[in-house]
Amino acid sequence: MTKILVIAEHLDGKLNPSTARAVSAAAAVKPEAIDVLVLADNADAIAAEAAKIEGVTRVLTANRTENAHALAAVLAPQVAKAAAGYSHVFAPSTTFGKDLGPRVAALLGVPQVSDVMTVEGSHTFKRPVYAGNAIVTVEADPALPVVATIRTASWPAAAIGANSAPVEALGLDVALPSHTRFVELKQGKSDRPDLQSASKVVSGGRGVGSKENFEIIYKFADRIGAAVGASRAAVDAGYVPNEMQVGQTGKIIAPELYMAIGISGAIQHLTGIKDAGTIVAINKDAEAPIFEVADIGLVGDLFKIIPELESAL
Amino acid sequence: MKILVGYKRVVDYNVRIQVKPDGTGVVTEGVKLSANPFDDIALEEALRLREKGVAEEVVIVGIGPADLTAHLRNGLAMGANRAIHVTTAEAIQPLTAARTFLKLVEKEQPGLVILGKQAIDDDANQTGQMLAALWDRPQATFASKVEIAEGKATVTREVDAGLETIEAELPAVITTDLRLNEPRFIKLPDIMKAKSKPIEVIEFASLGVEAGGHLKTTHYAAPPKRSKGVMVNDAAELVATLKQKGLL
Ligand SMILES: Cc1cc2nc3c(=O)[nH]c(=O)nc-3n(C[C@H](O)[C@H](O)[C@H](O)COP(=O)(O)OP(=O)(O)OC[C@H]3O[C@@H](n4cnc5c(N)ncnc54)[C@H](O)[C@@H]3O)c2cc1C
Ligand SMILES: Cc1cc2nc3c(=O)[nH]c(=O)nc-3n(C[C@H](O)[C@H](O)[C@H](O)COP(=O)(O)OP(=O)(O)OC[C@H]3O[C@@H](n4cnc5c(N)ncnc54)[C@H](O)[C@@H]3O)c2cc1C
Repeated sequence: MTKILVIAEHLDGKLNPSTARAVSAAAAVKPEAIDVLVLADNADAIAAEAAKIEGVTRVLTANRTENAHALAAVLAPQVAKAAAGYSHVFAPSTTFGKDLGPRVAALLGVPQVSDVMTVEGSHTFKRPVYAGNAIVTVEADPALPVVATIRTASWPAAAIGANSAPVEALGLDVALPSHTRFVELKQGKSDRPDLQSASKVVSGGRGVGSKENFEIIYKFADRIGAAVGASRAAVDAGYVPNEMQVGQTGKIIAPELYMAIGISGAIQHLTGIKDAGTIVAINKDAEAPIFEVADIGLVGDLFKIIPELESAL
Repeated sequence: MKILVGYKRVVDYNVRIQVKPDGTGVVTEGVKLSANPFDDIALEEALRLREKGVAEEVVIVGIGPADLTAHLRNGLAMGANRAIHVTTAEAIQPLTAARTFLKLVEKEQPGLVILGKQAIDDDANQTGQMLAALWDRPQATFASKVEIAEGKATVTREVDAGLETIEAELPAVITTDLRLNEPRFIKLPDIMKAKSKPIEVIEFASLGVEAGGHLKTTHYAAPPKRSKGVMVNDAAELVATLKQKGLL
């Protein structure tokens, strides 16, 4: 029987939208059941949100004080135990799922399928390799449970609202390690839309030149209601914090509109925006590789163009 | 303390990957191979810990074909004390790589294992987490800062929400992110010195690593191409085009 356990991602008592995307991928397997597992110290509000996701059969909660922070070493033994009876365990391929998934797979003694883009069959998936320069079809052994992370940019979020799945508390009797401890989380607090789920994203690169100059990117993004991203070079140079990095080793995003400003278009950056609806590039170098993938290109100095854009809005 | 470092050879990150027309793989013949960038960072971090007196010995590990020797010599030239070469002609998947590392961990008893967060060929991002699970030890993935003191590692991790700091009792597994450090360049005299450093060769088969549960890769395809777009002449035309598409 095909039964899928989806691991919920959450922070500060709120369900992360990546969970509903993982549920979409689970639905594509056409299983008999999709259960969502919420591991938290206070799971109720998160579970109530997860219960509304379309396609979810049940929401299971593991309430423990040790689950206050998402430490893979603490969560993995609980997930491995809860996985009994399931044919598949899915987690979003965010830093949360990337940290946790392989630890669960190893405890179960099975390989992990990373970054599932499409479901071709219950045990056949497509995933990117070589920074997205090749797409491989992989077949997992049907005799073993499948552990997979879901490339969130490839999947729409399952609708939230119509469903009201039952919520059940799990009594997972597992000894948890104390060798790994949470110290702190420094979050870039921002009133802007979330980079991973925003429909519009404006990104700046090394061409922006400094932390101070980045203000013009923020200002323009705010004008059009966009989230703000950046290239690795901009992060490395200290213009913006790391959580804004888009690309192979940053965030993989799929907004309807992506504007790359002062970004050359290195292959590792493009990996992060392959699924964007419309890519706009603004660069003073007409030969910049970003123009090879941009739907709309404009050659010129960003410091001149951005104010002009603002007045043309 | 001894540090074990994963040192994998991959297709250089500057190479434009071509998928073979018959879909059996990507073209690797005649393509430049280099150390996985995350593994150079792992080695650099280990060397810095040795230079600070936190570690005494840095051992690099490569799992791969017989011709990996030159690659391992580069790691030795960078400063590793010695290398372990686990020889296999087969492609090793992350679970098998993790089980292999576990065997070496049992033999070498390191205080720390540093791996790359992902290898840029398969982009699996699994081996470190799997090793930590099998070893039943802490994992600190995507590290951008590492401090070792009093038997524990305090590691800052690059996570989607920002920067998370965790404490991990040693021994532990750390996987590196790009901003952890900038690897040093290899100097010519060090290449000479590296020639006399030991490389221990271990037959993969002799380790008795449990096999099974492998993923079969049945097909390689090129990603769908984005078609070339249009160029606009000025800001006003850009805004007009975006408005027309309903994007503004
Ligand atoms: C293993 C690995 C992983 C990586 N992962 C990532 C990743 O996840 N994300 C990522 O982004 N990169 C990643 N990189 C780095 C990547 O290779 C590039 O170095 C990086 O993307 C370059 O950033 P950039 O385009 O901002 O800078 P540059 O390449 O320096 O480009 C700056 C651009 O700005 C333009 N410019 C300058 N001034 C102006 C102006 N006044 N007006 C308009 N245009 C201007 C220039 O013409 C140029 O095209 C990775 C690299 C490696 C090796
Ligand atoms: C010529 C060739 C062809 C291949 N063909 C295929 C194929 O068709 N299908 C397939 O699935 N795989 C194939 N592989 C293997 C594949 O490239 C990976 O080695 C394997 O899948 C592990 O995934 P990863 O390296 O992405 O793991 P990750 O989990 O991303 O690796 C993380 C870290 O683990 C350590 N590590 C992992 N492997 C090694 C190693 N071998 N030596 C030293 N350290 C290591 C490194 O520190 C690395 O940074 C091939 C390899 C070669 C050389």
